[in-house]
Amino acid sequence: MNQKNLLNPDWVSIGHLQDIAPLGCRRVKRPQGVKGGEVAVFRAEGDRIYAVLDACPHKGGPLSQGLVFGARVACPLHNWTFDLSSGQVQSPDQGCVQTFSVKVENEEIFLDRNELMNPDAFLQVH
Amino acid sequence: MQNLEKPKLVMIGNGMAGVRCLEELFKLSPDLYDVTVFGAEPHPNYNRIALSPVLAGEQSLDEIILNPLSWYEEHRISLHLGFEATRVDRSERVVYAKNQQGQEVQARYDRLIVATGSMPFMLPLEGVNLQGVLAYRDIADTLAMIEAAKHYQNAVVIGGGLLGLEAANGLMKRGMKVTVIHVAPWLMERQLDPVAGALLEKSLVQRGLQFKIGAHTDKLIGNEKGRVCQVALKGGDEMIDADLVVMAVGIRPNTALAQSMRLHCDRGIVVSDTMQSVTDPKIYALGECASHRGVVYGLVAPLFEQGKVLANHLAQMGIARYTGSITSTKLKVTGIDLFSAGEFMGLSASAISNAHDLAQDQEVEEIVLSDPHEGVYKKLVIKNDRLIGACLFGDTVDGSWYFKLLREGTHVAEIRDKLMFGESNLGDVGHEGHSKAQSMRDEDEVCGCNGVNKGAICKAIKEKGLFTLEEVRKHTKASASCGSCTGLVEQILMFTSGGDYSSTPKKKAICGCTDVSHQEVRDAIKAQRLIAMGSVFETLAWRTPNGCQTCRPAINYYLLSTWPKLAQDDPQSRYINERSHANIQKDGTYSVIPRMWAGETNSGELRRIADVVDKYKIPTVKVTGGQRIDLLGVKKEDLVNVWKDIGMPSGHAYAKALRTVKTCVGSEWCRFGTQDSTQMGKDLERALWRMYAPHKVKLAVSGCPRNCAEAGIKDVGIIGVDSGWEIYIAGNGGIKTEVAQFFVKLKTAQEVLEYSGAFLQLYREEGWYLERTCHYVSRVGMEFVREKILNEPQTRQALWERLKFSLDGEPDPWFEFEKAKVDLRQFTPVEIQ
Repeated sequence: MNQKNLLNPDWVSIGHLQDIAPLGCRRVKRPQGVKGGEVAVFRAEGDRIYAVLDACPHKGGPLSQGLVFGARVACPLHNWTFDLSSGQVQSPDQGCVQTFSVKVENEEIFLDRNELMNPDAFLQVH
Repeated sequence: MQNLEKPKLVMIGNGMAGVRCLEELFKLSPDLYDVTVFGAEPHPNYNRIALSPVLAGEQSLDEIILNPLSWYEEHRISLHLGFEATRVDRSERVVYAKNQQGQEVQARYDRLIVATGSMPFMLPLEGVNLQGVLAYRDIADTLAMIEAAKHYQNAVVIGGGLLGLEAANGLMKRGMKVTVIHVAPWLMERQLDPVAGALLEKSLVQRGLQFKIGAHTDKLIGNEKGRVCQVALKGGDEMIDADLVVMAVGIRPNTALAQSMRLHCDRGIVVSDTMQSVTDPKIYALGECASHRGVVYGLVAPLFEQGKVLANHLAQMGIARYTGSITSTKLKVTGIDLFSAGEFMGLSASAISNAHDLAQDQEVEEIVLSDPHEGVYKKLVIKNDRLIGACLFGDTVDGSWYFKLLREGTHVAEIRDKLMFGESNLGDVGHEGHSKAQSMRDEDEVCGCNGVNKGAICKAIKEKGLFTLEEVRKHTKASASCGSCTGLVEQILMFTSGGDYSSTPKKKAICGCTDVSHQEVRDAIKAQRLIAMGSVFETLAWRTPNGCQTCRPAINYYLLSTWPKLAQDDPQSRYINERSHANIQKDGTYSVIPRMWAGETNSGELRRIADVVDKYKIPTVKVTGGQRIDLLGVKKEDLVNVWKDIGMPSGHAYAKALRTVKTCVGSEWCRFGTQDSTQMGKDLERALWRMYAPHKVKLAVSGCPRNCAEAGIKDVGIIGVDSGWEIYIAGNGGIKTEVAQFFVKLKTAQEVLEYSGAFLQLYREEGWYLERTCHYVSRVGMEFVREKILNEPQTRQALWERLKFSLDGEPDPWFEFEKAKVDLRQFTPVEIQ
């Protein structure tokens, strides 16, 4: 896909802060027909919002279902713990999960449509 | 702090205890201090315990470095290697140090750690300054010994303690003829009793060492070149040829500098429970130079514990306390199994002068097994039904288990007859087949849950320098899941990291967010009337703003079980299964198990289940072991509708709660049945469902002693007999198969409800989170439970009333969403156009 699009975010609203429980998460489906799996949007400590791919790099566990603490989430399947801002797994496990850009304005949460439309962008950018 | 410049932390000493403390400090607060370290040796921090394997040629020097120079750079530590601190000016707060070339450096400090370790003790013998006379303490000594072994034939080691024997073994392996001179009546007299000491001597003689036991060295004689050539013993004209003499008669806390600084010292630098010197609040001491409550520790695990406490204070957390350690010993001579811990001398304590009045103590008992032919000797010392010491030779496979019993003060009266035969004789399936960690091959699997073999664990221990079970869990995942291989992993840790391994902490912190234990949290919640998670974090000074995945579910449970109807459930502090009220599966779908009272169902329920399976295309339907039906592969989006369409109550198969009450058909149909077990099961299940507990709870009721409902492996098992009901408790069919113990015999169904309920309420109020009833009962002792439930009718009735009060009006989470605080938003993903 076009690299240019990635540099010009196309923000799309996915709801308000109140739509996610404190220390909770909502799953976001990608637009119809786009591959790449769902995105997990977290409301972490201090109402900070993070978005990561809803699949643990270990065995594909849905991170959206994990327990949230600080700015971290523990995968519900085998307890791999991720830093939500960087997507890095906590050592000594190794790996990382794709993170997504998030914008919050007046408690409304936005994701970047271009990013959602480009399941392979992660590999290109990183 | 207004000051832009960071406070300065200076450490004198660059050994294992001090550097571990810095590591702990960086974990808590990486940028708080400018750190300066003075190390007298020219090496970065290395694993001193591993010097023996290096001497024996089993490891190389590179392999034992724990913190490479890059580690110091990474943490911006000003490191002065080869510089010995010569003077400290406490009024100006400056440390002066010098190297061998006479260069001098100085460093100002705001806080100072004295970690000068210990010095080998040299006997003041004639000839002690001859060439070829060494101590055995550091890399330089080890290299000198290796060098000597290349050129010379005969060695004498003075001192038959742990260190001396390891030195002797290493020199022998390098081809020298070694004689050990030992002054006490048996070897390793501080770690072994006389019998085990004699066995050790015998097996070392077989390997080729020679001994002079009970012998005093008179003097060392040199040749014309000024090198030692002979050792003379006292009281005779016996001379032993020796081109190398290693003195291993003990170590002394290195307090010379501390004394020159006028810090108060007894055997070591006297410190408080926060590792602070009692003389100067800016100065701390830890490790082998520190004296805590009159004890100077020389093993690595207590020193690491001290490091952790000190780091906590340096990081300005101020809550940790060091309260002393129990230690255990293991000899690092390959092929010799030896283990001792605690008050292992037992009744023979009077044989050595420094033991207390243990022998006079009437309550001390010994259990001894001795098989001289096989070279096996085991002694267990018991006092007041608790293990207080153990000394093992030849078969140390259960050493870590005994050590655990000892440390935790477990009540052993009930397992006393089996104690000697080890943990594997208690019917613990996780241990069967592993007779000895040492005899396992590298490719043998240790942890069945995570597929970790012995080789991988040994490799991680050696390469990463791991010392504790926790570290091995983190790096290899071994024993990190079900925990049944914990004993085995501890043994491997002992064999690999050697003698000084021991898991010291007497109490276990809940998780990394705190130092307090489960019991302390329970006590605080009750005593201080804490009813919200935030106040627990605040009162107990949690290190994290909202805990972690380990502590939050535990605290949530403690609040709810201590203050029913008062404390608010926090769904975000529950694991996913309890949050979505279904069991997550490996592919992210869920399983649904509706409740079937006592395993009985009917055509209407079965028809609805069948319709749901078709309607929601549920791929697998399975009958469970708890007499219910499991629908597997349900999509999260469908859960709410599946529950509604089935129209049966939640089976709580996903929760730490009452699961099933399994029954046989009983007297209603069975020609052998003596009691109506199905009805009893239904009554119990209706009384107890929705009961959250520290862990899952399973019941069973059989109508006759044939026990078709398998009541013998349940948390509460009930067996109908002609004259009433027999109650068994604390059974377990899981990881650790445990046969339920007979508790009481009752006449009426009403009594069965009351006694079962009271026991479960006791467990709910006192059990630690994720502790099954069998673990709870073994922790507090069956006697305690009997006392509360059987001997105190008022306590029993009060417990039963409290349980009924807690469960009254509790919602069914599959239908009463609001009351059960089920967040329905979780079931529907957000759609983007």
